[in-house]
Amino acid sequence: MGLIKHPQVERLEQHVTEALKEDLSQEQLFAFAPFDEEEAERAGVVNYSYWRSTIRAFRRNWIAMALLLVLALVLLFTFIQPMLPGQFTPTEISNGPNGLPLKNQSADSVHWLGTNAIGQDLWSRVWAGTRNSLIIGISVALLEALVGILMGVLWGYVRQLDFLFTELYNIIDNIPTTIVLILVSFILRPGMGTIIFAMSITGWIGMARFVRNQVLIIRDRDYNVASRTLGTSTARIILRNLLPYLVSVIMLRMALSIPGAIGSEVFITYIGLGLPIEICSLGNLINEGRKLMMSPSLRYQLIYPTIILSIVTISFYIIGNAFSDAADPKNHL
Amino acid sequence: MLKYLLKRFARSLFTLFLILTIVFILVRQMPIEGYFSNFDKMTETQIQNGLEQMGLTQPMWKQLLNFYTRLLHGDLGTSRVYYRGKPVWDILRTKLPLSVQLGSLAILFSMLVGLPMGTLMAKYKGRFPDQLGTVFIVLIQAVPAAVYYLFIQLYGTELLSIKLRFDEGNWISWILPVFSLSLGNIAYYAMWLRRYMVDESNKDYVTLARIKGAGEGRIMFRHIFRNAFVPMAQYLPTSFLNTVIGSIYIESIWSIKGMGGLLVDVIHKQDNEMILGIVLIFSCVGILGLMLGDLLMTLFDPRISFTKKAGEV
Repeated sequence: MGLIKHPQVERLEQHVTEALKEDLSQEQLFAFAPFDEEEAERAGVVNYSYWRSTIRAFRRNWIAMALLLVLALVLLFTFIQPMLPGQFTPTEISNGPNGLPLKNQSADSVHWLGTNAIGQDLWSRVWAGTRNSLIIGISVALLEALVGILMGVLWGYVRQLDFLFTELYNIIDNIPTTIVLILVSFILRPGMGTIIFAMSITGWIGMARFVRNQVLIIRDRDYNVASRTLGTSTARIILRNLLPYLVSVIMLRMALSIPGAIGSEVFITYIGLGLPIEICSLGNLINEGRKLMMSPSLRYQLIYPTIILSIVTISFYIIGNAFSDAADPKNHL
Repeated sequence: MLKYLLKRFARSLFTLFLILTIVFILVRQMPIEGYFSNFDKMTETQIQNGLEQMGLTQPMWKQLLNFYTRLLHGDLGTSRVYYRGKPVWDILRTKLPLSVQLGSLAILFSMLVGLPMGTLMAKYKGRFPDQLGTVFIVLIQAVPAAVYYLFIQLYGTELLSIKLRFDEGNWISWILPVFSLSLGNIAYYAMWLRRYMVDESNKDYVTLARIKGAGEGRIMFRHIFRNAFVPMAQYLPTSFLNTVIGSIYIESIWSIKGMGGLLVDVIHKQDNEMILGIVLIFSCVGILGLMLGDLLMTLFDPRISFTKKAGEV
């Protein structure tokens, strides 16, 4: 026999021969074997852990790692900033020595980024705005993922629901998102909840459709049929066979919908349907800055919020892409 | 083929019906104080009379029935606030050409720039032109359009020393809106064309062409580009539509008197008939765009046939 055998095949064969050596009765020979975690793993690649490989692959991308650090620091700082000494609250109007509000004051040691058109401190407004915009972005991403995955699995598994969901998808996909955003924000009272709701209402269906397609494709693939025949539970099939394929794209979509939501907020605010002016957000700040942008000395009020907005959105975009590459099991090993 | 198209068309009509009904019901949920300019001073009976005059007190199904009867007679209704008493269609007819012109120019420009860019990126994969292009794509896709449009307006007008307000007769003032509108599409075309071309260039037929001794230029354009363009063709009509609709913000900041800016305006004024008219046009173009995209794909790639595709699930 000139064949070179894979060590795993050899081990398996040995196992079978040993089992046959034992004197088994007819009933024992054809009885169902119970599922055994250890036995199931034995044929697999040794020492492979999905998350460990993902993290290892992600760490190799140094740009994404650096941006992750930047993003973590920004996130942390938005919560630390109000506790630092010498800070203003974002809505507080500062008065000058003559008792009048300090309007459009350029940057100095008290107001680190200057003040806006009615004398509010720009530094604290930028951070409060970043905090609120991040809350909006992350809530939208989480909501979309949660509803999308749940509905997508239902869509894929329950055949009776297919027609209903497909029709719903056609409708949502055909109404321009802008129109939905505008109508929902107009009908409901302005506020954080409204804006998050308006943005999630169209976003989830894209995620659901993706999950549904994957469920349909993957669940009847040979390796899943094999798993099922071997008595693997549905939960295990979903967790070990299906989910790793989905993680990559789910994470990508989530990471991209955060900058998307932050951008939509700027747009809705411009139209005049955004957050009320008491709640500071990057959209509100950019819109305030836009009104003053034609005078070069006041342009800083547009530029500072834009810088932080760009840092946040670019970081999420690059990290999302890098993580999605790293999380794809095809790129492991 | 014809049977498939007819079936598809019937489905589209059904989708259109659902969209219009949903938007119709949504629009009627808007706060009633928005219908009157002097709501605070009006008495209860005056408000009731006003609402009755607009037909808003009737049950929803009756309002819907009226709407569809009118629509089937080709009547989109008349504007209530925007241009009092003027038929909606007459207003839209004057607005539509400008938006379409703007969108067409933007699409043309993005194809002229985006497609060569994607080709170059694929050709120099991993080298400097590719990296430069990737930086551009990341910047355009990650930074919200609402933000970089402002900066283009801010510094562009200074550079060209023109006014902030769009002037239809002056060709220079077309440059910046068209440019802003194109950026997103340029990035999108370049990104996907690069990906498809890289995928294609790893295939066997390319190796064969190389073995035969075909020149690199010929391989790139006659073989790879043609095949990579097929999936792009499907997206073209939709991207045209998205450009026309997406111009809401552009038209608004440049005060261009097109459809996009109009929609925002009439929603604020709660001019129901106008809102429905614009939504109807946008949805029609959207559905047509999807159908045209599929047709274009069969045109570019004779292997794709819908009669077969329709049979599959």
